[in-house]
Amino acid sequence: MWCPDWPVVAAAAVEGVPPQRPAAVLTANRVLACSAAARADGVRRGLRRREAQSRCPTLVVFQDDPGRDARVFEPVVCAVEAVAPGVQVVRPGLVLLAARGPAGYHGGEPAVAERIIDRVAAEAGVECQVGLADGAFAATLAAHRAVIVPPGQSAGFLAPLAITELLRAGPVGRRWEELAELLRRLGLRSLGAFGALPAREVASRFGSDAVLAHRLARGEDERPLAGRQPPADLTVTQRFDPPVERVDAAAFAARESAASLHELLDSRGLACTRLEVRAETGHGEQLSRTWRCAEPLTPSGISDRVRWQLDAWITTAGPSAGLVSLGLVPVEAVPAGTLQRSLWGEVGDGDEPAARALVRVQGLLGPGGVCTAVVGGGRDPQQRVRLVPWGDEREPAWPPDRPWPGRLPPPSPATVVVAGGGPGQAIEVLDQADRPVGVTARAVLTAPPHRVVSATGQHPVLGWAGPWLVEERWWDPGGGRRRARLQITVSDGPAMLLACENSRWTVEGVYD
Amino acid sequence: MSLLATTPVPGAGPASALQTRTVPVPAALAPLLPLGGLRRGSVVAVRGPTSLLFALLSTATSRPGSWAAVVGRPDLGLLAAAEAGVVLERLALVPEPGTGLAAVTAALLDGIELVALAGVRQLSPAEIRRLTGRARQRGAVLLPLGDWPGADVCLEGEHVEWTGLGAGYGRLRSLRLTVRASGRGAAARARTAELVLVGEPSPPGQPAEAPTTLRPVG
Repeated sequence: MWCPDWPVVAAAAVEGVPPQRPAAVLTANRVLACSAAARADGVRRGLRRREAQSRCPTLVVFQDDPGRDARVFEPVVCAVEAVAPGVQVVRPGLVLLAARGPAGYHGGEPAVAERIIDRVAAEAGVECQVGLADGAFAATLAAHRAVIVPPGQSAGFLAPLAITELLRAGPVGRRWEELAELLRRLGLRSLGAFGALPAREVASRFGSDAVLAHRLARGEDERPLAGRQPPADLTVTQRFDPPVERVDAAAFAARESAASLHELLDSRGLACTRLEVRAETGHGEQLSRTWRCAEPLTPSGISDRVRWQLDAWITTAGPSAGLVSLGLVPVEAVPAGTLQRSLWGEVGDGDEPAARALVRVQGLLGPGGVCTAVVGGGRDPQQRVRLVPWGDEREPAWPPDRPWPGRLPPPSPATVVVAGGGPGQAIEVLDQADRPVGVTARAVLTAPPHRVVSATGQHPVLGWAGPWLVEERWWDPGGGRRRARLQITVSDGPAMLLACENSRWTVEGVYD
Repeated sequence: MSLLATTPVPGAGPASALQTRTVPVPAALAPLLPLGGLRRGSVVAVRGPTSLLFALLSTATSRPGSWAAVVGRPDLGLLAAAEAGVVLERLALVPEPGTGLAAVTAALLDGIELVALAGVRQLSPAEIRRLTGRARQRGAVLLPLGDWPGADVCLEGEHVEWTGLGAGYGRLRSLRLTVRASGRGAAARARTAELVLVGEPSPPGQPAEAPTTLRPVG
């Protein structure tokens, strides 16, 4: 099954360009694929961008993005999978499937082809072509021509085709292009002529790539199809009749669901590390929350989390009606036996009750409610600390082993502005004559600070040091910051860390 | 920040029986407390500078398997905590408990031996009694940051001085606190100790700071 000009179709679908407009996808300034409308205007594969645009002035140009192609292709694969199982994706735009089973089921190969085309058009909204032949290579060429080659006649179908068709055999490299060019110059213009050569001679003259190409040209396949198995559905759903409104009833239900989920995972040799709990109330409200865990969940671990979650929903959130259904979805599973305990070091006596208590609090506040901190690199006291939700991997936000010019030596302020809570508290820094103190472009104070005025009142300055310049991300037009920092001690209060940005002073931290 | 505080304490030797009954504190603070540490199951109110809290947390998280938690302080300077010797891996933070302050604290007291709690004013007297009881029952130490009716000990920190800053030169190097303890029963006699927190260990051979001294007051 082949979708013509897939990169263009995918790009146009994502960007919202109507399919009848001439369009092309470029990589390294050369046309990689173009739409039928563009081809009618003379745009060809391999043209330079400028030449393509001169032939077709209305051409819409996209950049190549294999990720986008694959993403948009997924619904097409699902549509084909709905007709016939065992689908193999060769590349976005091209899918191979074994025809024998579905042909028997749907009543003939043309019927299967028709059904696939209908299904893909209806579900994914994409045109496609289906071809049938013996072997993956012959089938690919058949799909390009939308023909059905009867069994055993693949060699005859391939024989009159041009030798350059070899390049359609999948992601082939430069060497195949050279081989095809060489064969063409030697006078072997069709696949049939190449296939007629004895295999031994081909191997001795052209090497291993040519042997593979020779097999393809003769209509023999390089390897059998390996099917993609649709992923198993491991969701456990339980319906309640009458609806559950009390915590103890919910706890009982949770136990049952947890046991069956664990059994289901266990039978496949899996253990769950991320669990989504879904529930539906009598009024149709959908509730869901995902639980992450450092260790694979045991049956009691699953049932605890489900019970806490239901408890939290029923007591604090207060859904408008009782719960009518409960679903457990293992969002992430690992092979059972690969325990991740080492991540947290030795699990000691104190760690297990602590972990239980923290998970309990997560049930009350959500997974992000409980954190541990990890210190990384950075220039600000609060930028260097990242709060990691309990159960997640403790990765610093920035690598700590870089120089980070402008960061302050210890001690650090014991109270800081709330991370991500916007700018700090504003403060005025005044000199002897009550004029505001500023910082010049050369990072010098305009006058020695004499007193500061903040929300808590006036404080005479005892000592001060700085200003120290911090320049961050000056290469980034949106994210660059330029600040000057000042440490001050005042006569009636704790020492403070001030920062001046855009001639405004704020308190960054308090050394209390 | 490391703690430069070593004064031998008469009569409060590191007896193992005491250690199982208490959560350790920095050596400079040990003489302030009746058992030389925070007695499990008690409530110790902490008022004043955040650095005093970090000093208590640093020894409470020092041993493997010993955990501490701080509830309701989104503005903690955790970098300063790490410099003070707090093991951040074993410090659980609940920055925004919202309306569930009492429930969250009660849940934490079940499994964590030292729970510090900010925002005491939001709690009703009944909740305060319940949390006190929960701490006693579970053998955990509750550290309310602020006044707590019926606290066993109250540690009150006060700033004395910051050193290292001149008029336009130098940088902050250390801060010195006075800690005053008062309380009920064995802790009724008010005592005072000094705690010096330095940013960096001084180079060998040059004692940059005077060693901490302990003066009994009153």
